[in-house]
Amino acid sequence: MKLILERRPEPSRLALALAPIAAILFTLAVCTLLVAWAGAPVGRTYALLFEGAFGSRFALSETLTRATPLMLTGLACAVAFRARFYNIGAEGQLYLGALAAVAVGGLHDGTGFDLPVPALFAGMMLAAALAGALLLLIPALLKTRLGVDEVVTTLLGNFIVLLFVSMMLDGPMKDPMAMGWPQSVALNGDLELGKLIERTRAHTGLLWAAGLALGLWLLNRYTVFGFQMRAVGANAHASRFLGLPVNRVMLGTAMLSGALAGLAGAIEVAGRTGYVTLDMSPGYGYTGVVVAMLAGLHPLGVILASLFVAGMLVGADSMSRAIAVPNYIADVIVATSLLAMLVATLFAQYRLRRNQA
Amino acid sequence: MEWMDLMSSPAFWVAVLRLATPLILGTLGVLLCERAGVLNLGIEGIMAAGAFTGWLVVYLGAPLYVGVLAAALAGAVFGLLHAVLTVPLGLSQHVSGLGVTLLATSLSYFAYRVTFPSVNTPPTITPFAEMKFLDGIPFIGPVLAGQTPMTLIALAAVPILAWVLNRTPVGLAIRMVGENPAAAEGQGLSVTRLRMGAIVAGSALMGVAGSFLTLAAFNAFFFNMVNGRGWVCVALVVFASWRPGKALLGALIFAFFDALQLRMQQGGAALPGLPELPYQVYLMLPYILSILALVAMARRAAYPQALMKPYRKGER
Repeated sequence: MKLILERRPEPSRLALALAPIAAILFTLAVCTLLVAWAGAPVGRTYALLFEGAFGSRFALSETLTRATPLMLTGLACAVAFRARFYNIGAEGQLYLGALAAVAVGGLHDGTGFDLPVPALFAGMMLAAALAGALLLLIPALLKTRLGVDEVVTTLLGNFIVLLFVSMMLDGPMKDPMAMGWPQSVALNGDLELGKLIERTRAHTGLLWAAGLALGLWLLNRYTVFGFQMRAVGANAHASRFLGLPVNRVMLGTAMLSGALAGLAGAIEVAGRTGYVTLDMSPGYGYTGVVVAMLAGLHPLGVILASLFVAGMLVGADSMSRAIAVPNYIADVIVATSLLAMLVATLFAQYRLRRNQA
Repeated sequence: MEWMDLMSSPAFWVAVLRLATPLILGTLGVLLCERAGVLNLGIEGIMAAGAFTGWLVVYLGAPLYVGVLAAALAGAVFGLLHAVLTVPLGLSQHVSGLGVTLLATSLSYFAYRVTFPSVNTPPTITPFAEMKFLDGIPFIGPVLAGQTPMTLIALAAVPILAWVLNRTPVGLAIRMVGENPAAAEGQGLSVTRLRMGAIVAGSALMGVAGSFLTLAAFNAFFFNMVNGRGWVCVALVVFASWRPGKALLGALIFAFFDALQLRMQQGGAALPGLPELPYQVYLMLPYILSILALVAMARRAAYPQALMKPYRKGER
């Protein structure tokens, strides 16, 4: 007698929708062990965590601020993963997008442009999207032309881009007023995004991100390109057999994904920091993978997933200031929920059966 | 400094072999997993876990070799997690591996902060000593004398793994489940057990690779100390065409350029014939080189046929 996995004939939609919730509950249960190990009262720790994430106007505004880049990198990963193009380079694309945004919208005496504000704003966003898209085009071409695995190239690309950014911040894009601190020149103040909530850091970039999520959902559902992306992801072999331009779809998907991550960088600069630094992203690109998976690769799900993940990160920061639990607990929660989500989705689609053979 | 001086300086080759050691161990680890048909992107995090566990055990008073064993054990535990997720459950090897990397890294950092809540300078241990007594060996003596025993372990692991894979029944079975799992099953072999065993063993090697960083290269644990070395190992396996001997060669070539860039950074002045560039360009070289290696090998890469293909009995 052995246990075997058997595909459910009709996976229930309810089970699929409940999978992320089950995964998160499982994760929080597992992480109580870590909290107990750190010697803190479990109930109080989680209470502080949720209070720090959603419990006040300030907490909520911080969570929304943190969710904005995560939503965009999450979308970048969701789009690409759906077509089975594993873009793990959102971190690099974010930084290059941020750099491009400042190059257009901040460097007037250098290489930037002196244009009316609306044109400059459009140029800034376009430059960031293009920077991210072109950056990801390299691994995408290597994959479609030569069959080089995109995971490794995009991962290694992150390190290269970060060094490139560091080089730019030491060189042509250095802020002369920054006293040797590696920081770029500031973005033109007129280009900054408005506030979403007065006297907080939450900015209208969130609306951009949510709008893009909605747009992607419509693209996925109602356009030919959206259908092609899903078809290639479901079965590239069959799609090729049907005459779909698989490589072109793959390249288009990659550019879309890179553009989204590049926009994440521009929106961070325009909404929060005002300039590029080497620590502006604490791994938003990698966390985007988790956001996308928790969302089941659904663009609208990304909105919710990014709010959850941002809440955990913000809440853990606030909690660790009050109680002796290191804020790395947030990263553990995020990582565990990714793995739990994988398993939960599997069991929504498959069932265990005893094999009497 | 002239090229000739550099190439004949033992100090340079000591650095090459030192830098190559974690790459050799890590690459062998990835190679073993992939030969059995499973990609293991958990390596980056497993190395961090190995580095932390090995260092902590030694810090708490255990001998250095016990630290290495503890690192192997930590690697094996995370390997088992990846194995369960990817083999019997057949989940995406890409995503599971990344998840294991995130989990192993964050758990190590969490554990470090729980054990040392408020230290500013990382606590140190006495790492492996250099093997000065090997100085007498002609020609390679001065290079080996600058190494720790962990480098010897790494160098010994190469022929051992090659022998196991190519000359033993279990090696044949591992290669078979990586090439044609259905045929292996037909021979009465358990694909599940062989694949899981290979992942656990490979991950143990990755853990040891990580422990080299804290027990031999440095004497403390730092955040971000793995710094992409794991991903480099994944690239090196492709470069090595999944052969242990070529993995050693790849790791040495890579370490050669890494040592060269370190030398150019420290020396300030560039080597003759090379222009002076921002230091970041030199730091980029290893990563660019890895990508170039992947591109160069792409056409000829003889991937294990069943790599990244989960095997479910009775399902095509």
